[in-house]
Amino acid sequence: MAGIVASISVSGSLIPVLILFIQILRGNFVSQTVVFNNWLHAGSLKVPFEFLVDPLSVTMMLIITGVGLLIHIYSIGYMRGDERIGVFFANMNLFIFSMLLLVMAGNYLLMFAGWEGVGLCSYLLIGFWSSNDDFNYAARKAFIMNRIGDLGFLLGMILLFVNFGSLGFAEITSKASVLTTGNSMLTLSTILLLIGALGKSAQIPLFTWLPDAMAGPTPVSALIHAATMVTAGIYLVARAHLLFVLSPVTMNIILLIGVTTAIFAAVVGIMKNDIKKVLAYSTVSQLGYMFTALGLGAFTSSIFHLGMHAFFKALLFLAAGSVIHGMQGEQDIRKMGGLKKYFPLTLFTFIAGTLAISGIPPFSGFFSKDEILKRAFENSPVLWIVTMAGALLTCFYMFRLLYLTFYGKSRYTSEQAGHFHESPKVMTIPLIILAILSFGGGFINIPSVFGGHTAFAGFLKPVFADIPLNNGHLQNRTELILVAASLVLLLSVILFAYFIYIRKAMVPATSESSMNPVQKTILHKFYIDEIYAFLFEKPYQWLSENLFRTGEIKIIDNFVNSFGRLVNATGNRLQKVQNGSIKLYLFVMAAGLILILILNFFVF
Amino acid sequence: MCSDMVTILLIILPLIAGLILFFLKNEKRVMMLALTACLAELIVLIYCLFHFSPSGGIQFAMQQYWIYSPDVRFSIGLDGISITMVLLTSLIVPLVILTGFRRQVRNPGAFYGLILLMQSAMVGVFTSFNAVLFYVFWELALIPMYFIILLWGGENRKSITLKFFIYTLSGSLLMLTGFIYIYLSAAGSHSFELSGFYHHSIDRGTQSWLFWLLLAGFAVKMPLFPFHTWQPDTYTVAPAQGSMLLAALMSKMGIYGAMRWLIPVLPAGVAEWKNVVIILAITGIIYGSVIAFRQKDMKRIIAYSSLSHIGLMAAGLFSGYLVALQGTLFMVFAHGIIVTGLFYISDIIEKQTGTRMIDQLGGIRNHAPVLAGFFMIIMLGSIGLPLTNGFIGEFLIFTGLFQYKLIFAALAGITIISGAVYLLNMYQKTMLGNENKLTASIIEIGTSEKIVLFILSAIIIITGLFPQLILDIGSSAVHGIVELTSGSL
Repeated sequence: MAGIVASISVSGSLIPVLILFIQILRGNFVSQTVVFNNWLHAGSLKVPFEFLVDPLSVTMMLIITGVGLLIHIYSIGYMRGDERIGVFFANMNLFIFSMLLLVMAGNYLLMFAGWEGVGLCSYLLIGFWSSNDDFNYAARKAFIMNRIGDLGFLLGMILLFVNFGSLGFAEITSKASVLTTGNSMLTLSTILLLIGALGKSAQIPLFTWLPDAMAGPTPVSALIHAATMVTAGIYLVARAHLLFVLSPVTMNIILLIGVTTAIFAAVVGIMKNDIKKVLAYSTVSQLGYMFTALGLGAFTSSIFHLGMHAFFKALLFLAAGSVIHGMQGEQDIRKMGGLKKYFPLTLFTFIAGTLAISGIPPFSGFFSKDEILKRAFENSPVLWIVTMAGALLTCFYMFRLLYLTFYGKSRYTSEQAGHFHESPKVMTIPLIILAILSFGGGFINIPSVFGGHTAFAGFLKPVFADIPLNNGHLQNRTELILVAASLVLLLSVILFAYFIYIRKAMVPATSESSMNPVQKTILHKFYIDEIYAFLFEKPYQWLSENLFRTGEIKIIDNFVNSFGRLVNATGNRLQKVQNGSIKLYLFVMAAGLILILILNFFVF
Repeated sequence: MCSDMVTILLIILPLIAGLILFFLKNEKRVMMLALTACLAELIVLIYCLFHFSPSGGIQFAMQQYWIYSPDVRFSIGLDGISITMVLLTSLIVPLVILTGFRRQVRNPGAFYGLILLMQSAMVGVFTSFNAVLFYVFWELALIPMYFIILLWGGENRKSITLKFFIYTLSGSLLMLTGFIYIYLSAAGSHSFELSGFYHHSIDRGTQSWLFWLLLAGFAVKMPLFPFHTWQPDTYTVAPAQGSMLLAALMSKMGIYGAMRWLIPVLPAGVAEWKNVVIILAITGIIYGSVIAFRQKDMKRIIAYSSLSHIGLMAAGLFSGYLVALQGTLFMVFAHGIIVTGLFYISDIIEKQTGTRMIDQLGGIRNHAPVLAGFFMIIMLGSIGLPLTNGFIGEFLIFTGLFQYKLIFAALAGITIISGAVYLLNMYQKTMLGNENKLTASIIEIGTSEKIVLFILSAIIIITGLFPQLILDIGSSAVHGIVELTSGSL
């Protein structure tokens, strides 16, 4: 019941979004800002409730409400029987609200409100099954890591306000457009905003929360931690693109972080054995690709990949959820294998997702990834090789996942298998719709080299009209060679994976003793969590305890109490003066008189 | 209603009700009378708010000679800052009284009587425009609090209240000395009137040390790091209602006092020392929130959290920027509401389980989801999540601090991370996880608890969504303060 109400309310948002979308397509308007009352007005700060509707925000709104609706419907099946299902859907709807606020906001502060709102929902939903304390820690970690980023966002936003006297996107953009490239204030503010984006979009160094966030129910991973919230950082950079373009230093940082994250996470993904963790690292890696595109100034490509990723990653998560659901909570692929006969529909959709993310034509991921690779090549062939390597890693871990889960020998008891079941229709229908989108989504932006029209790029064009357009200088022939090369490489990786996991039927080891040091390091995610614990968590705990024991009790309070002791001690000493001896009293009196006289004469 | 009598009515109403309460024994009757008096107070205040013009300076003013020589007048009134403070007071006190519903306090007449006497004195502090009168109310507010803790407090209350009393009193006496000095150096006819204090001709060098005399009173009351060591013990040992009054209202007297009686009075002294004060305040922000993380006692966590938040208010106040000062006044209001809720929740938990130690609790949400829900909203306010009122004040203060010095905003901003660390930790250890022996028997909160927590949560969200409701009341008066100081900044 709760699920139906929640789904209806999301479709209630989807309909007006579709209307807006059609209006923009028809050319009724390009960009519109709707201003309501003042939200906050103090001193020279004036922030209204204002909303910006333009092709970029409408694209995001379509993803949020469209994919959001499918995931809501799926959740009706997935969460059936959970005793807090009402709370679950309330949180999911709160998330849709916050995310829409984030992308529709017409100024930075309102965007920040949505930004923090989605962080809250993420926290609430990661720790949804709160009787497990590990999940609670994962939720807390996500919130705090995001908050580190949020401080950057907050300071960056205030710096913009201090310099431009406004927080509105339109006003800041128009005032910034007259500044010169490399303006130090802009560089600083974009770096600060970027810190926010890195936290939300789980990029190095603020990525470790996302794999842990898989503690939440699978629909949450699909909606929040794959399709929508984690792309907020990309949206922020795209929204403030003019400021970033004017700050080449920041752009280079974005590029560097994006590429590093894309490769790093893909490498870790190869060794993971938890079906959701593989997908989580894959998400981190794909977000890295989007950042790479941003760093190259290819904003449209980045948003295009964002959209396609929303389809196929949501699909992969939901398909994985279907398996987990059917196996009563099992997530370890070493205990799966040969599941294709139990989950035929799920398998079919999972294959669609795998082909899409691997970039096999004509699936959606092919078009969006190809664009990023092309732009990388334009920048430098070395960058193409690196990003291509990442794509091959992606392809490998995805096929590894596919083979280990659905093919080969079964690694569970027949008793267990008795309970296996394909998911109900309410779950499989969203899967099928997402599979269709993962297959055909790319057609909205077929590149010109294949005689395409790049319709999506044309749709977004007005948003990025204020920066120099890069049409690419790659010759068609070069581009086709690159595509062919990448296809050959991808196919050989698929064959390689087939050889290892089907032919040789290799299963990842359960004990670490047989591994070499490199494998061990990868398995432990390069010990990043341990390093962070050593560098930050432990010292913070130590500081918290010792500041109290030493700073508070021994130093400050002791100092304050010493006044009390001084008064006591003085009192005790002076008590002795009151000993009843008239001689002493007279002496002191006379001495006092003389002293006053002397002072009177010589001093005043 | 005769408009110049309204302010005095605001002071006298709780005073009379409080005195009567001392003679009542029946708890039910005590509660009825106390609540009636508070509601009457609130209604009078709402009347004032309706007839109040934010840009109209001091309104509902009254001035009577009290002592002819030295010239001390009984001058009271309401300007935008006063009325914001009185609004907070008259919202908090009835809620605090409601939290005692069916709690069977020992000697209820005296207990609630003291609370109302304190309210009366506090309204006096916020409405006085004469230094002596201000000082008298300032000290009067301390006495009921002293007895509330001494008579109804927890373990070690004797030594802790003694320290609390002596510490704050020493600060206040230094402040009084400062006031007398300013009185003596006022131009022309000496005056204790606030307007006279704003027009003296004290030179820069004198203001430099005079600043510390006045600050002593306010800094101890807030408390400002490192003058705070009375605070965690006192908040912890006080009965729950006492902690609420201390943190929500009494600490705000320090911020209010500095805003009205220090910053515009000694602008040159402020200009000279404000960096020092801001650095102390920011140290307190970080210090308090770091220590709060590993504390076990919920009340102690809230106490250190208050130290941290008060630090932010003080930093905003001394930055001298209009937006930060408005943020400070807003945060005074917001924090008053939030901290009352936090102390109340720790009290509810303690009453049911017998402990406030977070590592002995857990899984409360399984049995009391409504309590957990309210706790969540109040905690989010304290974390400063946007669309709660906790965010507005913090954001405005950060903006002002940033305009003053970027580094100050960056350091103060650490609180948005460290605040989340200790609050989420406290929430997790108490509400989430599995229940244990102590928490297995916990039951969902009753109607009176729900009412109080609902009102608090509603205020947190409504004033977060529509902060102008509060900001507009004080903006013009705060602007006046900034203008008075801007000459020497």
